Amino acid sequence: MRHLTTALAALYAGLIYLFIFLPVVVLVLFSFQDGTLPVPPLNGLTLRWYEAIFSDGKLMAALGNSLIVAIVSSAVACVLGFLAAYAFARYTLPASGLLRGLIVAPMTVSTLIIGLGLLSVLNLTGLRLSLVTVGIGHVVINLPLCFAIIYASMGGHQVNIERAARDLGAKDWQVMLLITAPMLLPSILAAFFLSVTFSWDEFIVAFLLSRFDVTLPVEIWSMLRSGLDPRTNAIGSVVFLVSVAFLVVMELTVFRKKAS
Amino acid sequence: MTATAYERAERRKAWAFALPALLWTGFFFLVPFAYMAAISFWTRQGREIVATWTLDNYVAFFEKAHLFKGLVVSLEITAAVTVISILLAYPLAWIIAERVPKKWQRFALIMAILPFWTSYVVRSYSWLLVLSKGGVVNQALLWLGVIAEPLELSANRIGTIIGFVHFFVMLLTLTIYANLIQLSPNYRRAAADLGANAFQTFWFVVLPLTLPGIMVGAFLTFVLCIGDYITPQILGGNNELVLPQVIMLQLGRRADFPMAAALSLVLMVVVTLAYIACARWLKMERT
Repeated sequence: MRHLTTALAALYAGLIYLFIFLPVVVLVLFSFQDGTLPVPPLNGLTLRWYEAIFSDGKLMAALGNSLIVAIVSSAVACVLGFLAAYAFARYTLPASGLLRGLIVAPMTVSTLIIGLGLLSVLNLTGLRLSLVTVGIGHVVINLPLCFAIIYASMGGHQVNIERAARDLGAKDWQVMLLITAPMLLPSILAAFFLSVTFSWDEFIVAFLLSRFDVTLPVEIWSMLRSGLDPRTNAIGSVVFLVSVAFLVVMELTVFRKKAS
Repeated sequence: MTATAYERAERRKAWAFALPALLWTGFFFLVPFAYMAAISFWTRQGREIVATWTLDNYVAFFEKAHLFKGLVVSLEITAAVTVISILLAYPLAWIIAERVPKKWQRFALIMAILPFWTSYVVRSYSWLLVLSKGGVVNQALLWLGVIAEPLELSANRIGTIIGFVHFFVMLLTLTIYANLIQLSPNYRRAAADLGANAFQTFWFVVLPLTLPGIMVGAFLTFVLCIGDYITPQILGGNNELVLPQVIMLQLGRRADFPMAAALSLVLMVVVTLAYIACARWLKMERT
């Protein structure tokens, strides 16, 4: 009886893992398809679709755009989030609950609504859609997250160290930059990397707020119009590989440090 | 009471630190949101938005079948996805928490998350490779002789639901697992001492205690599922549109901002109602 339930459990878990892994395995496998259709039968293995995407100027430009938008918008979100967290944790502001609520509010609203709202206001101002507008949208999405993560890690135990620094003559900016920020580095990095992954993968805001320069998800989206295409498999596999490498690095550096 | 110069300086500093974030959220979130709420009560003439206050957009939503049906389809798909995902995820979460050795549990969870590190758009696309007429599933079933004709698994509701369930099984497994490992084994021992069999222990003791994990996951599933545009657009075809697709349609072909804004607010009201319905469990999770 015990053996039977264990076997059933293993079978069930196996089936669910198969379901979870099926699409990504198919994606990667048929990125090597020697033929123009990335579906069975597998005709043979080739690297020409990888060659095709790495020599595709538009695709590589989109990849670069995605990296820039992700890194810059995450950095801005982290700086704004850190400053605000410092203000709310170290000083008493009037209506502080309400103001903190305002900063985290975008987290509760769908990105479609954030994008639509920004688009309608931008139409009004006549500002041109570009990577900058995409970046602005991504900061709106990521700021609540950065603020929440950094605010949560600003405990009272750091206050005494900051006070000691002030007693020794450190100015405010020195305390913040040389004392507080290094102490909070694990959570600041966690917030930054989480923002980078969200921004990297974000579609709706990037789609609504960009025109000529687009990010990678938007470029892949426009590739989908040509239907099933091994080039889409190849770029998808590259993104998967980069993300997994990123995940491994994060697991080994940021989260390990945090745990110890 | 007058503040001392020191207090005033401190307060000014506090504002200086908080203001950049507050202004950013104010300018790029609050103002756009308020403006969008306003134009949902305006109309358009041609491509221009005209600021005349009217309820026309909301009336149209309830009266025009193709708009209202978007919400109905969204709710049906979201409900199906939530229920199926819970039913599939619970046993997996239980197996990982109870049957997998402690030191392998983290690995099992990481493996469950791993396939979701592709780009979101690519993930939906890769389901197309699996589900389309010439796709892996149909080819395999044809080859095995189970079916004579390819099944219609994409470009319809089935495709959308499978694509969604894929993601939310993983999400719900995480929330339910997190809940399961917090349960003290004493509950189960007590139930067994009092004469409950395995089924009774599960149904009357374990299941109610893991309700918070289920509800947190279900709420996230509901919110993320009903607001999503990508999965239904790629896997669902054009016969049955969900609400986000209807919203995007207003923008694209018709450039009808007021209508799109009104529909977005309808979507937000639905999400808020779901939050109110689940609030009891969501709070329990936080403490």
